[in-house]
Amino acid sequence: MVSLTYIAAALATLPLIFILVHLVRAGAASINPAFFMQMPKPVGESGGGMANAIVGTLILISIAATVGLPIGIGAGLYLAEHKGKRLANTVRFLSDVLNGLPSIVMGIFAWQFLVRPAGHFSALAGGIALGVMMIPLVTRTTEEMIRIVPNSLREAALALGYQRWRTSLSIILRTALPGIVTGALVAVARVAGETAPLLFTAFGNQFWSAAIQRPIAALPLQIFTYAISPYDAWHSQAWAGALVLIGIVLVISIAARLATRSRFGSAVD
Amino acid sequence: MTAIESRPTASEPVLLPTGAIEACDFSFFYGKKQALFDVSLAIEPRAVTALIGPSGCGKSTFLRSINRLNDTIPGTRHSGEILLDNDDVYSKGTDIVALRQRVGMVFQRWNPFPTSIYDNVVYGPRINGVRSRSELDAIAEDALRRAALWDEVRGRLRTSALGLSGGQQQRLCIARALANQPEVLLLDEPASALDPIATQKIEALLYELKSQLTIVIVTHNLQQAARISDRTAFFFLGKLVEADTTDRIFTRPREDRTEAYITGRFG
Repeated sequence: MVSLTYIAAALATLPLIFILVHLVRAGAASINPAFFMQMPKPVGESGGGMANAIVGTLILISIAATVGLPIGIGAGLYLAEHKGKRLANTVRFLSDVLNGLPSIVMGIFAWQFLVRPAGHFSALAGGIALGVMMIPLVTRTTEEMIRIVPNSLREAALALGYQRWRTSLSIILRTALPGIVTGALVAVARVAGETAPLLFTAFGNQFWSAAIQRPIAALPLQIFTYAISPYDAWHSQAWAGALVLIGIVLVISIAARLATRSRFGSAVD
Repeated sequence: MTAIESRPTASEPVLLPTGAIEACDFSFFYGKKQALFDVSLAIEPRAVTALIGPSGCGKSTFLRSINRLNDTIPGTRHSGEILLDNDDVYSKGTDIVALRQRVGMVFQRWNPFPTSIYDNVVYGPRINGVRSRSELDAIAEDALRRAALWDEVRGRLRTSALGLSGGQQQRLCIARALANQPEVLLLDEPASALDPIATQKIEALLYELKSQLTIVIVTHNLQQAARISDRTAFFFLGKLVEADTTDRIFTRPREDRTEAYITGRFG
């Protein structure tokens, strides 16, 4: 029985290892400085890169984080501090429903309310669609992280003459910060690879554009386009794009972990 | 009855208020469950009062009513009054923040914030608006000295409070409460999770502090109550059975139930 759990644990990590190994084998050959610096080349010309898509994805992630993190963390704080109230239960339930919403639906929603009124596709619409997808993820992880902050810290702050909101902000949030950052990163990583919500919002762009009110290229879209093309050169570019996408997520994760690593140790774990 | 309003800032001398507490027919309810029944108890200023009694007798509830920390639990209510220097802490105009700065509290499980020793001590003064670095330094040193911790931590004020031993962390929590210049210090079994040497240090500290402020301590340890308190109040099933000088309670209690508890026949 116990050995079955070992096997299950091995099987749980196997896909990741398999994917990483295959990505490196198929994509590493196409990764060179040009891949980061140059624009896509037309079919038939060798070389070229995905500079526009890499920058586009970074812009989309930034917009998404700007929308999703403050709302998500604020809502999580609310849920944790008002547990048991009817409004909080409703918010939590709706948040779970939103979490389960298919991403293509989020894309249609963003198209209906952001792209159509504006009359054109835009990076902003794509970023907001991704940001809304982040909200429920960030909300729930923030709530969980704040809940495991010991009540004794809350009481200590209140007994020192802290107001309730101030206790929440300065003691609870700070203590829970490493966990909240982890949750935020998971959310960023998750939306960074989303393709469906971008199809009719950010739309993709063969050319250089960093303007948030114009259509913008994104790595997932570029990978999608290249992967379904009939050209071998584009296929290997697609593998390289996937490798870079994973690399971006990894770098963001490590950077944020280092930035929030507590000098004083955590009171939570 | 006037409300408890502003208080002198931390830099002013603190000997003006007396820190006298008087409960008058005070009852407390958690929802439908009544935890305290018409408690009337006068607590002498600048002395140590021990609250003793078996678990669930209401002594912690009473302690947490003095600084209104029970307010944070939903569904609680009270009747009667608790006077602090003749002002009802439960009156409508009470500024709870000011009240809790005047009435410091130390908990059974030491609970320093996960930050540096220095930042822990100056948390209270900082939210009071003290910004000057030299002033904060002076407050920190004074509070740590009063908590008998200064000599042990003076070289590492910027290191994590969580790196201290349990007893040191508890004294840090006392220093943190003292930095607010309170008139009253409430302690909820402050030494019950500490070893005998750390406990002895806390007791010696309370003995020093009682000349400066009013101390109310909940304890399960009868020897501790006998050692450190000037007066003792015995609670049983939510009622105050008897309160008198510690000497009297431990030698010639008036009530049979007090005697039974003191001599270990129940509880």
